[in-house]
Amino acid sequence: MSQSFRIAGAGRLTPARTARFTFDGKPYTGVAGDTLASALLANGVHLLGRSFKYHRPRGVLAAGSEEPNALVTVSRDAARKTPNVRATVQELYDGLDAISQNRWPSLAFDVGAVNDLGSPFFSAGFYYKTFMWPKAAWKSLYEPVIRAAAGLGVAPDQPDPDHYASRFAHCDVLVIGAGAAGLAAALAAAESGVRVILCDERAEVGGALHFEKGAAIDGEAGWSWAQKTAARLAAMDNVRVLTRTTAFGYYAQNFVGLAERVTDHLSSPGHDLPRERLWQVRAKRVILAAGAIERHMVFADNDRPGIMLASAGRTYLNHYGVAVGRKVGVYTSNDSAYGAAIDLKKAGVDVAAIVDLRDNPTGKAVDEARALGIEVNHGRAVVSVGGRLRVASMTIAPKNGGPSRTVDIDALLVSAGWTPSVHMFSQSRGKVAFDEATKRFLPGAYAQDCVSVGACNGTDSLEATIAEALKAGEKAAKEAGGTAKGVKLRVDGSEGWTGGVAGSAPGAGPGTTVKAFVDFQNDVTAKDIRQAVKEGMRSIEHVKRFTTNGMASDQGKTSNLHGLAIVADALGKEMPEVGLTTFRPPFTPVTFGAIVNHARGPLFDPTRRTAIHPWAEANGAVFEDVGQWKRAWYFPRAGEDMHAAVNRECVTVRRAAGLFDASTLGKIEVVGPDAAKFMELLYTNPWEKLEPGRCRYGIMLREDGFIYDDGVVGRLAADRFHVTTTTGGAARVMNMMEDYLQTEFPHLKVWLTSTSEQWAVIAVQGPKSRDIIAPLVEGIDLSDAAMPHMSVREGRICGVPTRLFRMSFTGDRGFEVNVPADYGQAVWEVLWAEGQKHGACAYGTEAMHVLRAEKGYIIVGQDTDGTVTPNDAGLDWAVGKKKTDFVGIRGLMRPDLVAKGRKQLVGLKTKDPKVVLEEGAQIVADPKQPVPMKMIGHVTSSYWSENCGRSIALALLAGGRDRIGETIYVPMPNGTIEAEVTGMVFFDEKGDRLNG
Amino acid sequence: MAKAATAAGTAALRRPAQAGREFSASAAKVAMLPPAERISLRAPEASVAALSKALGVKLPQAPKTSASAKGRTALWLGPDEWLVIDEAGGDPLADAAKAKDLHSAVGISHRNVAIAVTGAGAEATINAGCPQDLSLAAFPVGACSRTVLGKIEIVLLRTAADAFRVECWRSFSDYAFTFLTDAARDAAA
Repeated sequence: MSQSFRIAGAGRLTPARTARFTFDGKPYTGVAGDTLASALLANGVHLLGRSFKYHRPRGVLAAGSEEPNALVTVSRDAARKTPNVRATVQELYDGLDAISQNRWPSLAFDVGAVNDLGSPFFSAGFYYKTFMWPKAAWKSLYEPVIRAAAGLGVAPDQPDPDHYASRFAHCDVLVIGAGAAGLAAALAAAESGVRVILCDERAEVGGALHFEKGAAIDGEAGWSWAQKTAARLAAMDNVRVLTRTTAFGYYAQNFVGLAERVTDHLSSPGHDLPRERLWQVRAKRVILAAGAIERHMVFADNDRPGIMLASAGRTYLNHYGVAVGRKVGVYTSNDSAYGAAIDLKKAGVDVAAIVDLRDNPTGKAVDEARALGIEVNHGRAVVSVGGRLRVASMTIAPKNGGPSRTVDIDALLVSAGWTPSVHMFSQSRGKVAFDEATKRFLPGAYAQDCVSVGACNGTDSLEATIAEALKAGEKAAKEAGGTAKGVKLRVDGSEGWTGGVAGSAPGAGPGTTVKAFVDFQNDVTAKDIRQAVKEGMRSIEHVKRFTTNGMASDQGKTSNLHGLAIVADALGKEMPEVGLTTFRPPFTPVTFGAIVNHARGPLFDPTRRTAIHPWAEANGAVFEDVGQWKRAWYFPRAGEDMHAAVNRECVTVRRAAGLFDASTLGKIEVVGPDAAKFMELLYTNPWEKLEPGRCRYGIMLREDGFIYDDGVVGRLAADRFHVTTTTGGAARVMNMMEDYLQTEFPHLKVWLTSTSEQWAVIAVQGPKSRDIIAPLVEGIDLSDAAMPHMSVREGRICGVPTRLFRMSFTGDRGFEVNVPADYGQAVWEVLWAEGQKHGACAYGTEAMHVLRAEKGYIIVGQDTDGTVTPNDAGLDWAVGKKKTDFVGIRGLMRPDLVAKGRKQLVGLKTKDPKVVLEEGAQIVADPKQPVPMKMIGHVTSSYWSENCGRSIALALLAGGRDRIGETIYVPMPNGTIEAEVTGMVFFDEKGDRLNG
Repeated sequence: MAKAATAAGTAALRRPAQAGREFSASAAKVAMLPPAERISLRAPEASVAALSKALGVKLPQAPKTSASAKGRTALWLGPDEWLVIDEAGGDPLADAAKAKDLHSAVGISHRNVAIAVTGAGAEATINAGCPQDLSLAAFPVGACSRTVLGKIEIVLLRTAADAFRVECWRSFSDYAFTFLTDAARDAAA
């Protein structure tokens, strides 16, 4: 059986261009240009999957993206497995490997189908009602079982090896949908000279012209006009035509997301092309030409494989050259299905009968069908079908009851009418309006600069569609600044379909056993919806959530209107009174890959490295992440673990010296005649009297009086300050300063420039620090008298300019060498070589933390948490007592901030010096009190201090300074730890070593 | 104390970030540019004339515009803010200091790093991560903007119809270069 349903001479594919593929391991042959669905149908395969809830056999319903049934897994290799691919969208390529889903052990014999028999138990709201009790069973039993059983397809278990791309684009006119309407609109706009993007989700443009035959545009057969027009547009400089590109989301200000599938149709995509490309388009005007979606008939067992939309059957014939059966029945309520019957008959396929719900259908299509000898049964319905894995017969009866007869068929084409595709319009926040005459929802009030044309606007005939589209294209282009050229297109042989039914057809039955499917993908039947109404649901929004109608990944493209009509009918109301659910992005599922696009691996988040990083890396540093920065954490030597390395680094710094890469510190240059005034306002400290060449430790508060950031500030000149901030605070401090400058202090003549990355900063700390830098420095007197602690000088080091700070974050004599960043590594290397002569080491952030803790220097964000005032932190000395204004000064006066018993930073010494407290551990006053105990504080910093020969810790403790000398307790899982409250300085309390 | 430094005779070696990195795709080329002198210039309108004279380039006052003279380019970044880039070995910091009118000039030669993106696909390459309209009509040669590229901030300058200069901070240059090469691979589309 090789493509025995392919009809010679039918369709637009080239039969010689074959493509091999497998489905569930079985090899088949198709033709280039096929979809997986059309190729399987060509081979007579209709059974493609099992349904979500009842595991019912399912086939192909549609020929486009609205397909709810034919979901398969397509795999290229072990890592490239895509579940829930719509077989009607997946283009065939040579070597394609597809497997069916939701069945075990095989598609034809599926154990899960027992759910179908048990269906009385799986009624609407089943989950809400059943898994309520006992509560404990939810986690252990219900959820795992439901999770295993639920969902379609299996997510891939390996990282995605493909790459994805992104593109921002701007245009004057974006046209969504490249059927006749979209093409005509795009042509009119493009000829007006404006920038146009035309996108369509299918491989080729043409829309309904895929199946509609007989129409001619501009004297050319419809399909061929469409292809030529697309080629003409693509050749224009001002136009971009994107096929295989789905407009999936319509956001504010005409911002539209498009997902372009670049390689999913290729046999060997290679590595150069991205699998998908996300387009983020900002359009001055949007033209929606999304077409309409045919509805199926709702009757008993209407989901049997072989039953499909009439337009789908016609597409398979007219485009793919595939007959969906040998003996085809047609069940309709409008004219459009007649076209399918006529085309099939003309192609030599036996059309068993047309069953038309209408009492007296008339018109050209009806006459032609009759003339071709097709039996037309009017006023009748298909009340049931035979067959299980494939439809085998249909039973026809008068729609109001009466004698029935059964006709053998192997396919049944159905049409309940067309639903204008208002998804994108609705996403744009436009309000749909119910058109009483045609019983359908159409675009009503627009919320954005867009317009709908053609079938999605309820325009039925091709002739009217083209006229409307040309007009819209010209208008949009004109509004965007173009000049209309007056494009005209003649249309002949236009078809047009109106009418149809929504809701249950007679064959849906009133009973509780009949399964007449409304939503195929979520297995929602007409009776489920009626039951929801019976149980009190009134709004369509409630019915939707209770029954899950329209909530599958197809978003109810075929089911929404039927569901709505059934609710309206059950409530005895009109459809608009029940309401329409809101359409939300995405129109069809979008891959995570497309959304993430470039932001994977190294591009997931910027990794920032200092100029000295390469040296640290070459010298064995272990790095830690500090925000986006990689910072050298410690430099282990052979055989050293972290503790050994940190201990050695800490001891070496105090005994000789250490080099530390402090480049990540935030730096802001504050320049202008009012620089000091600005500093006075932003920091708690006084600045006006700070002499140029001197530095001061500054504290910045938030308006509420709590510490926001700190850092050493050097005054370079009367009108120039070099401000440093914490590494993590660099960006937010700059933002806060700029915010205050622009909003509160715009009168000040001062400007802020971030110089964080201008300077590489090498901290040289320790008693030998001056000896190390001295031979390398030019033009700066380094004597204590000329350059005391907390001063800054400009000069040269290693032949390059430097801002040399004498300051210390260790408590020992220290310098911070600022050099232009590109020189950072070279200067470090020279300092390192010089340091070696004096026994210096390189130290990392961990040793830096320990050394500063030994001196009780705080780290904002570790020892403070946004609720700590300068006084709490023992930094009252840094608040200018005579100052009348600075950010946070009023906050500091709040009663709670001056109340007794506030948590204050203190030191802790464990009674057992070898015990190192855990950072974050809670503190209690009395360990014998009953649980829950009253917690009076917590440990903020805790380390082993090799220099002190014991553990040290800082803690925020209620009334802390009044407790100095007292014993507090830290209850831990393995027992309670005793500790003495102390001052914050553990090492060199007098501070002699700053000049040592 | 300040005796002649041992290393002072031979100035420390300059190691620009990502130096020499280069990537060519079919439609676009991404390459690190050599170091340049740069200042961040802030000044009120009243000082513009004097500063223009001192710098030898007329500071532009319209948004998204730049002006160039003798290898020196001034990019408008805000109503009182310019990025001045000197590629001719001049010293814009010293030149700005000659103007006595109110201003702030801060040297940022090492803070910024520049990447050239050139070729027919240059615009597409940058548009992979920059949401601005970069068509020649909206962003002509000489246009500039402080904007975003993926997850970082950049300053973008169009130097020719098919060439851009991307300026970013030093530590973001690895990200910027990697992003641009990833984007350049797709720039032919």
